[in-house]
Amino acid sequence: MNSLRKTLDKLKPHFSKGGRFSKLQSVFDGMESFMFVPDKVTFSGSHIRDYTDLKRTMTIVIIALLPALLFGSYNTGLQHFRSVGIESGIFQSFGYGFLRILPLIIVSYLVGLGIEFIAAQIRGHEINEGYLVTGLLIPLIMPIDVPLWMLALAVAFAVILGKEVFGGTGMNTFNPALLARAFVFFSYPGWMTGDTVWTAGLTAGKNIADGFSGATPLSLCVTGEISRLPSFMEMFVGTIPGSFGETSVIAILIGAAVLIATGVGSWKIMAGVFGGGLAMGLLLNAISANEYMHLPFYYQFVMGGFAFGAVFMATDPVTAAQTEKGKWIYGFLIGVLSILIRVLNPAYPEGVMLAILLMNVFAPLIDYFVIQSSINRRLKRVKVEIKTSVK
Amino acid sequence: MPRTIKLKKGFDIRLKGVAGKKMAGSAEPDLFGVKPIDFPGLTPKLNVKEGSEVLAGAILFHDKHRPEIIYTSPVNGRVVSIERGERRKILEVVIEKRGNEAIDFGKTRHEEITEERVKESLLASGLWPIIRQRPYHIVANPHDIPKSVFVTGFDSSPLSPDYDFILENSNISHYRTGLYALSKLANGRINLVLKEKSGAGSYFSDIPGIEIHYFSGPHPSGNPGIHIHHIDPVNKGEVVWFANLQDVSILGRLLEEGIYKPEKIVALTGSEVINPQYYRILSGGSVASFVADNVRPGNNRYISGNVLTGTRIRSDGYLGYYDSQVTVIPEGNYHEFFGWATPGIGKFSFSRTFLSSLFPRKEYRLDTNLHGGERAFVVTGQYEKVLPMDIYPMQLLKAILAEDIEMMENLGIYEVAEEDLALCEYLCPSKIEIQSIVRKGIDLMIKEMS
Repeated sequence: MNSLRKTLDKLKPHFSKGGRFSKLQSVFDGMESFMFVPDKVTFSGSHIRDYTDLKRTMTIVIIALLPALLFGSYNTGLQHFRSVGIESGIFQSFGYGFLRILPLIIVSYLVGLGIEFIAAQIRGHEINEGYLVTGLLIPLIMPIDVPLWMLALAVAFAVILGKEVFGGTGMNTFNPALLARAFVFFSYPGWMTGDTVWTAGLTAGKNIADGFSGATPLSLCVTGEISRLPSFMEMFVGTIPGSFGETSVIAILIGAAVLIATGVGSWKIMAGVFGGGLAMGLLLNAISANEYMHLPFYYQFVMGGFAFGAVFMATDPVTAAQTEKGKWIYGFLIGVLSILIRVLNPAYPEGVMLAILLMNVFAPLIDYFVIQSSINRRLKRVKVEIKTSVK
Repeated sequence: MPRTIKLKKGFDIRLKGVAGKKMAGSAEPDLFGVKPIDFPGLTPKLNVKEGSEVLAGAILFHDKHRPEIIYTSPVNGRVVSIERGERRKILEVVIEKRGNEAIDFGKTRHEEITEERVKESLLASGLWPIIRQRPYHIVANPHDIPKSVFVTGFDSSPLSPDYDFILENSNISHYRTGLYALSKLANGRINLVLKEKSGAGSYFSDIPGIEIHYFSGPHPSGNPGIHIHHIDPVNKGEVVWFANLQDVSILGRLLEEGIYKPEKIVALTGSEVINPQYYRILSGGSVASFVADNVRPGNNRYISGNVLTGTRIRSDGYLGYYDSQVTVIPEGNYHEFFGWATPGIGKFSFSRTFLSSLFPRKEYRLDTNLHGGERAFVVTGQYEKVLPMDIYPMQLLKAILAEDIEMMENLGIYEVAEEDLALCEYLCPSKIEIQSIVRKGIDLMIKEMS
């Protein structure tokens, strides 16, 4: 550790202004502050500062994502072996799934962080930690068979046009991870819809076992095959086809517990999304115009990306509403819209991604109204006082 | 029975080194410093030169824009140096003490205390700056008519002195006279704010025109800005004055004895202090007189005031005009290997992302390390938890950064000062310099409104 510190101290002048590698200063600083918390002390204002920083905050989100990542690895293997009709053990399934997701994670980080490093160097800023989470979220919401070049393209699109052009982490309007998914969804719809993309190896279509379709619960609902839905418990546990990280509600709830216990994720947004989903689900149940509307509302929570979106996507603090009251409204509307799009719009079996991206746009408007009410309270105070003084 | 205003929002930083309830006697420093930087917004104009002889209560400098407000020497002696900083900005006027002579401002009998007389005494003796105002948190304008006057009778900041203990060791008569005199500035009415369950109310409850309010809750429940917001909020065009209870006793002494003797009881606190306790000292006195043998060796930071809002001073620096506390904590200029990734049992944090949050009573030795690099605003909903006001801090800060005057007004710039948002700065994961942003916003408002 000490020798590492000494090496860094020796190298530092070369990467500083005027040094040989000054063009790589941001990269060096990023690496250095990754390994060592800087020795900077407070200069003005508060003399002591909290131990927490963005690195810590982002680390907590990554920890919260681990259960979904681990279960996703297992489930990907499980679905694959089912599709080819082979019985497999837990470790075999897990190993297969993990090896399938690993290249996606590596490509996502390489491309995303590469762009972040370049952007930070151009601006002369320190490297921001935001991509640490985004980089893991993106593979988790992609179909497992997505080609790596397509993933790289989606990441580049999301990071450059979704984030860096707005000024980097903290300035973006849209959730970058969802933007990457939306990019694939609209540019290469063949890779994001249909029944074959959700199970590893199914697109190649070799040695498929009889009767295995790979259809996700949501596509079964849209095509009117509700009788073929997996059981509620199966969908809750997550042993169903779907995006890598979204299938297991249990794993996601463990992540939610971590986010709420540490205060990193807003429980108000999560509760809002589920509340909105509940309200819309009950309303549709009450109408019951077709078989899909008749499906009990709680099925909506365990199908598709509803839970994953509520816990990990809607809670992104940068793109969500920023006022506490606004968070309730923002979450609630995401819940309502998700179910609405799912059930009433047959073109999009999954509504969560579009609902969140749409509410990303409206989040500042929600905040505007919440803040305006505070402003009005302040103005009213003056009027009341003027009135009483006139009397 | 007066009402207690209970605040839930806020945060107490649990530091080691709270002062024990023990008077260590009087500190007798030789050097005194009066610092124009203690008064935000002040443009000082010197009235003395190096070598000038001054009596206690004699003018050192005055406010260039409001010349009737003068700043005077706390002791009799000679001006030995005038320290200047960048662009010849005056940092401190240093006086070497000699003898005890003081200017005689004349005693004032109780029945002679009138608004005019009080203002006159305050301005002539250089004690006027104890009265500050909201909006802007600057020295009050003697020509204004405040809608109310507040006296802050407790402090909630980290390691703050205990005002009940200070009162037990003080001449209560000075306090009573001072409070009564101040009430004359606001049509005979004055608000005294005490901590919940404080016994101090009994000393003052029979003063005519006094209204005592009690506050409870974590810091910043003791900030005058918070009190004013909850009792008599400042709207556009209104002015509220406030002063600290210890400073009010200096006014009482001035009226009773006719001399300017800014004596205070000050707490020496902080994890690096061997024996944290209370000292009697004149305002502006060098802290070297009482920190010298009482601080652990090492690379320490000396702060006049508390860790959130205090001023960094040298180990022989001077006590700030408004400060009742000196804090000594370790500097934090070291690298920590993967510091952000450790479980963090010993890392105190407002967030619950460290294991330390499992030990809600432990006290900590915290240093001055930033614990991270500056970033854009990312995390939301944190600042609101430590600001017990109907104000949206992040939106206000953004309005200031955008220099949007109307929005700043709407979001409550008239009601806040940097000290009210100091906790936001402490806990900010993006390490944003919030207090200097707030002061920048206030400066902008002053410029815009004049």
